[in-house]
Amino acid sequence: MQELMKARAAALLSEGKVNRVLGWAAGEFVYDVTPTVFESREELERDFVYSPFCGANLSKYLVKEARKEGKILVFLKPCDSFSFAQLVKEHRIPREKVYAVGVECYGKTDATALRSLGITGIVGAAEQYGALTLNTLNGERRVTVAEAMLEKCKSCKTKEHRLCDELLGEEGEPVSDCSRFEEVEKVEAMTPEERFAFFRGELSRCIRCNACRDVCPACTCETCVFDNPASGIAQKAAADPFEENLYHIIRAFHVAGRCTDCGECTRVCPQRIPLHLLNRKFIKDINEFYGPYQAGDDPETPSPLTDWKPDDVEPGSAVRKGGRA
Amino acid sequence: MPMNSPEKNGVGKEEAFRPKIVAFCCNWCSYAGADLAGTSRLSYPAEVKIIRVPCSCRVNPTFILRAFGRGADGVILCGCHPGDCHYTTGNYYTRRRMTLLFSMLDYLGIERERTRVEWVSAAEGAKFAETMRDFVATVTALGKNRRLEDLRCRN
Amino acid sequence: MSTYRIREERLPALFEETAKKRKLYLPTDTAEGVAAFLPYREGMTLTASLNTSRSAKDLFFPQTETLADFKVSGREIAVVDVREECEDFLLFGVRACDVKSFEILDRVFLAEPVDSFYKNRREHGTVVSLACASPVETCFCGTFGIDCADPEGDAAAYRWEGYYYFVPLTEKGEEYLASVESLLEETDDGPVWDAKGEIYRKKERLPLKSLTTEGFGGERTKELFDSEKWESLSEACLGCGTCTYVCPTCQCFDIRDFDTGRQIRRYRCWDSCMVSDFTKMAGGNPRPTQKERFRQRFMHKLVYFPAENEGIFGCVGCGRCLAQCPISMNIVKVMKALKEEKE
Repeated sequence: MQELMKARAAALLSEGKVNRVLGWAAGEFVYDVTPTVFESREELERDFVYSPFCGANLSKYLVKEARKEGKILVFLKPCDSFSFAQLVKEHRIPREKVYAVGVECYGKTDATALRSLGITGIVGAAEQYGALTLNTLNGERRVTVAEAMLEKCKSCKTKEHRLCDELLGEEGEPVSDCSRFEEVEKVEAMTPEERFAFFRGELSRCIRCNACRDVCPACTCETCVFDNPASGIAQKAAADPFEENLYHIIRAFHVAGRCTDCGECTRVCPQRIPLHLLNRKFIKDINEFYGPYQAGDDPETPSPLTDWKPDDVEPGSAVRKGGRA
Repeated sequence: MPMNSPEKNGVGKEEAFRPKIVAFCCNWCSYAGADLAGTSRLSYPAEVKIIRVPCSCRVNPTFILRAFGRGADGVILCGCHPGDCHYTTGNYYTRRRMTLLFSMLDYLGIERERTRVEWVSAAEGAKFAETMRDFVATVTALGKNRRLEDLRCRN
Repeated sequence: MSTYRIREERLPALFEETAKKRKLYLPTDTAEGVAAFLPYREGMTLTASLNTSRSAKDLFFPQTETLADFKVSGREIAVVDVREECEDFLLFGVRACDVKSFEILDRVFLAEPVDSFYKNRREHGTVVSLACASPVETCFCGTFGIDCADPEGDAAAYRWEGYYYFVPLTEKGEEYLASVESLLEETDDGPVWDAKGEIYRKKERLPLKSLTTEGFGGERTKELFDSEKWESLSEACLGCGTCTYVCPTCQCFDIRDFDTGRQIRRYRCWDSCMVSDFTKMAGGNPRPTQKERFRQRFMHKLVYFPAENEGIFGCVGCGRCLAQCPISMNIVKVMKALKEEKE
């Protein structure tokens, strides 16, 4: 796949169809790939990589990149293509400035999960038939891809792309047994006291690095409310548990109805806070209260929070159900 | 000890707990409803502090959270009845937003009785007074807001 | 210098005894599997991870702390000094890199004017370091002349064949080991050398062992500042604060006021050169784009800091930013890219 992508990118560059390529560059070890803009065949040849560690969603970079001269090629995994489609829908990316190439994905690997499995000192890896062979400082280790998948891949909703100019590899299908709301349901089933204690435990680890916000393809405000001193709630660090709650509720709320569930927030959290539990709660509620909705799915359907029906559920009765229809 | 027992909330027997209630009221209906309650000499609890907003739709989730952070024990949002919005559709958006926000607060383990949305028209002075009496009673029974308060703002 | 030892299984008893006399912080795993320095509770065990997710600097320089309160009544403003004498505490199992970071922080906070909040914690804290039995791929402390087999601190600990060995290094360390004397037995230092030898063998295999600081330092400020590499290096940076907040040596902070409605609370919190309002002032922001902010982080650690501190670099090679940056851009990649350019 990687070679195919490299060749295609090089061809499009030399044809002049695009003048830059947005992809992933290899790092020092094997898991530390960095989103990178390639401008020449040589750069592609030297650094371009598409590996089990290319979990990063490239679509947000397009907001910045599409403002530059010329057309940019971007490689999108199925989940990334939803973010891209949503950004185009919100007019954050001019469609004509981007040449989107869909690439197949069977789930990406989480280096942190590998470490939790006790596999440290990773310097190399190879993937074959759903298994990863890892070269470590202490010898070779083998795991299945499923064992060390990113959270977002464990709950993958579809292997089918949206809004791409072309596809490399085969188009996949929606995941029929997607169980992404299972964890949310587990929390819903707890008592309020348990839920409160559970979220305090998780959110109190927050260091307010803002990585969840900065990586989020739905967070594209020019100045975030939390950075704007005039907002009255700008903070650099949570000086009180209330500020942790405030930040995380507002972060998730601001992307409610626009969040495609790409799972980047949970992937990047250095403190391993399951941020997707907040985003998915909103998605689940939206589905139950206003009918199934998937952000980035199509260019027309209005976002649930910019839409209404005369007979929408009332807040009181909706909450009494505790999100359980 | 239960979460909201008077002992835990530091409220002695001599001094009964009086909640702080913030009521966001739409200028065109509920605020006028509050006015009507007043001119009709219908009493509603003094614990309720009204904040007038141009439309219930003006209230964003941060307002609600900040009210709690700064010491409110309950927050109620009053707007025009669905279909009667002065700006045609503002309250429809409010309804969806607050539905999602309140559901999220409940999900985070914050007592669901502390938040409420009520539609009160300018003609419903009696409903306004009754709503407030009921809400104050509910929040009084819950006790002080401890789960969503900013400790720095505590008395 | 005397050496003491305790059987590994007796470690809980040692922690129990230590915690009787002072507050004890251990690198442990939380229920969610994140390694962190946490106050000791009965039954707590050491983490299997080499390093904690956040660094040990938190214990001396917490992310937020109140500096003063201002009470306003009428036309009077009273300043309330909130400083309190800190209780004695002991940090157990600090790695060589983190121990070195304290020295770097000392140079910032203990220089005139002395930061009394930091000084208070430093004076009351005792550091027991732990040699790294299994350094990992992200480790590059050797680059900055730190020896993970020979950690500094008030006392150093080594794990070897079922025992933990302790070597006091300062008066504070002596005093601590004396306070738990009943649990320790005196021994010769042979096993300590065996443990070190094993670590040196492992260090040979580290992929970053050949990284050096050559070409960095105060002498090349202008040249490095003007490098064309900053543009592409910073391209993918999200501008989040992960690297700076998990870094054991990042010491920038912001001072803010919070109006509680009754008084003003002045507090400080960590700042990050990665965020958009870093050093923003009335006249604007001297670092308007991510490129300048990104450059600031690395120039500070590799150039400005050594220029003002007898050549000591502002990085200890703990590898946290290598493991935790959301887009895997880090100081090692920056150093290599800048060196490449020079060649």
